[in-house]
Amino acid sequence: MPGSLMPGSLLPLLWLVPALPLAGFVLNGALALARPTARRTVTLVGVGLPVLSAALAFGVVVQLVRLHPTTPLVFHYWDWLSVGDLQVDVAFQLDQLAAVMLLVVTGVGALIHVFSVGYMGDDPGYARYFAYLNLFVFFMLILVLGASFPVMFVGWEGVGLCSYLLIGFWFNEQVNADAGKKAFIVNRIGDSGFLVAMFLIFRHTGSLAFGDVFARVAAAGPVAAPVITTIALLLFLGCTGKSAQIPLYVWLPDAMQGPTPVSALIHAATMVTAGVYLVARCNVLFAQAPVASAVVAGVGVLTALFAATIALKQWDIKRVLAYSTVSQLGYMFLGVGTGAYAAGMFHLVTHACFKALLFLGAGSVIHAMHQALHATHAQDDPQDMRNMGGLARALPWTAVLMWIATLAIAGIPPFGGFFSKDAILDAAFAQGAVRPIWYLFWAMGLLTALLTAVYMTRLMLYTFHGPNRTGEGAFPHLHEAPVVMTGPLVALGALTLGAGALNVPPLFGGSLILSRWLAPVTAGAARWQPALELPAATEWALVVGTVALAALGIGAAWRLLHPEELVPARLAPPERGLGRLLWKKWYVDEAYDALIVRPVVWFSREVLWKIVDVRLVDGLLVNGSAAAAQAAGWVGSRLETGEVGFYVVLFVIGVLAVLGAALR
Amino acid sequence: MFLTPALIVSAVLFTLGVAGVLLRRNAIIIFMCVELMLNAVNLTFVALAERLGIAGQVFVFFVMAVAAAEAAVGLAIILAIYRHRGTVNLQNINLLKG
Repeated sequence: MPGSLMPGSLLPLLWLVPALPLAGFVLNGALALARPTARRTVTLVGVGLPVLSAALAFGVVVQLVRLHPTTPLVFHYWDWLSVGDLQVDVAFQLDQLAAVMLLVVTGVGALIHVFSVGYMGDDPGYARYFAYLNLFVFFMLILVLGASFPVMFVGWEGVGLCSYLLIGFWFNEQVNADAGKKAFIVNRIGDSGFLVAMFLIFRHTGSLAFGDVFARVAAAGPVAAPVITTIALLLFLGCTGKSAQIPLYVWLPDAMQGPTPVSALIHAATMVTAGVYLVARCNVLFAQAPVASAVVAGVGVLTALFAATIALKQWDIKRVLAYSTVSQLGYMFLGVGTGAYAAGMFHLVTHACFKALLFLGAGSVIHAMHQALHATHAQDDPQDMRNMGGLARALPWTAVLMWIATLAIAGIPPFGGFFSKDAILDAAFAQGAVRPIWYLFWAMGLLTALLTAVYMTRLMLYTFHGPNRTGEGAFPHLHEAPVVMTGPLVALGALTLGAGALNVPPLFGGSLILSRWLAPVTAGAARWQPALELPAATEWALVVGTVALAALGIGAAWRLLHPEELVPARLAPPERGLGRLLWKKWYVDEAYDALIVRPVVWFSREVLWKIVDVRLVDGLLVNGSAAAAQAAGWVGSRLETGEVGFYVVLFVIGVLAVLGAALR
Repeated sequence: MFLTPALIVSAVLFTLGVAGVLLRRNAIIIFMCVELMLNAVNLTFVALAERLGIAGQVFVFFVMAVAAAEAAVGLAIILAIYRHRGTVNLQNINLLKG
């Protein structure tokens, strides 16, 4: 173990990073069952341990920066599966890619834990909430640190479980429980792809550890074998489920039924980026499968555009952000599908900061709305933007911080989102010179950038500006959230401002710190996907064009949308025409319901239940075997006559049969 | 020397015993037929001992001892049945049916 070479090193303590949140889960889980009212203890454990874990992760990464090894540091703990040729160890792997995710997960995670103290303070399920949230951090760290596909899969499934538990956190309402179930089932469809991909990987490389698999795939040469393409596509099917891409994105908007900090942590900043992480982790595989990479990029950019159109017409503040998340995840897949793994990961990092900020800001708004509506006993929806308006006067901090995040997501310099989005679009444009279809991807990405600016400005405009529509009595009750909630917002605002500095391109005098940091990880892919350089003039043109488009989107939305014409949700007329189509989310849920859900339910009820279960299993197997035993018993009881003579006859026949068989 | 005739006599005795057990209904007769079969086997032992060694003759004594014990127990059972039911006809003794 490399850490043992250096006395006083933090690296051997890597296992503590996931172990601390796990301990938090155990303690809080016990408290949730035994003493759910012990809020101070729950807070201390539920927030303290993740913060400690974040601090330790920071220390570990600092030491990794000093070492900057070219191969991953693998920490072996114990044998897990040992069956024939299959050897799976419980082992963690720390490399530059894992380090980036480690900081995002523990850092953003710790901030959101702090925010939750204020947001969930009055909830009767306080202890249960923190138990689940800690468990999520644990599984996410397993996912990030796992040194083999199965270990990663444990984390992959675990975060899915926590997502289900937290979406359905307020399970007393049917709609929340349904949303949790939908998320779980849709994710399972994607997970089946991941599983089959693992089987194929083992079949063709004889190993499941990342190091062995990638070394063997790289040694196989630049042959784009169909099997590698198949594996890559199946892995990507897993990504479409976890990272909410077409066709499996439908669960993420519904996942907004969970508490808002959960939406920020799980359904925006960390868990949904696991698919991007998986593609970046398997960059050697995807680099050798150009078709699969094109599918990744194509699906990504299509999802980005599609989700952005839906976000234009949503009224629920969290749904806008949910579709925005789907859209931004599409950007990341465009990046990693193009072979710009560093750019994709860069967007992942900046997105984690500004989207967590947006969601927590929305949480702060909803918190204020909820309290105001509660004070006036109004039955209005606290999440509907038609019931908001003019909130900047009541929530100045939240408004300013959310504007920062809005400018970041729209791609206005010098905020983080500008550099990362620009890097992805540049890479796509450069790829167009080799494969022309990327010009189409680039154009779609550009259009998405415009739509992003429009729907985010719309959200800000309707929420924070114009006249207030909450109601005469309610407005004075709208207040800024306590410090425990605004504090994390400010921290995330600072991160959003600073995240761009991670990877400033040479064009602006930077040195691509993140790209060079990730170079040892992406070196395998770089052999088959050489970086494409654009002339500086072209780059400038692209940058100016992108920024101009984003500014146009913001300006157009500001001029064309009139918040003063809005009416509160309960008075609003129904949408018509294209607006209705977008408001109804292109009727995708309805189409899935008619094409997939109903046929499956019908088949399950009419065939699987009424024929297979009732007639075959219950009728033939269960009742049939009982009837057969009864019949055999009847025959046996007829033989039992009680007459010794009859028995003797049978006995003699038996003896003769045995003798005959023996002598033959 | 006398092996073949001895074995033939033994087989005939054994078959008579089996036929008696199968065909008769009186418990005492059946019991006697069982003894007949045992003694047919004894005869086989003695006849074959000439060729296969003295162990066969020794085994006859064991069979006789066991048969004597069995006769004592068996007759006692039959006596008990007779006292209880007033008959030793096996057709009337069929309590053990399923």
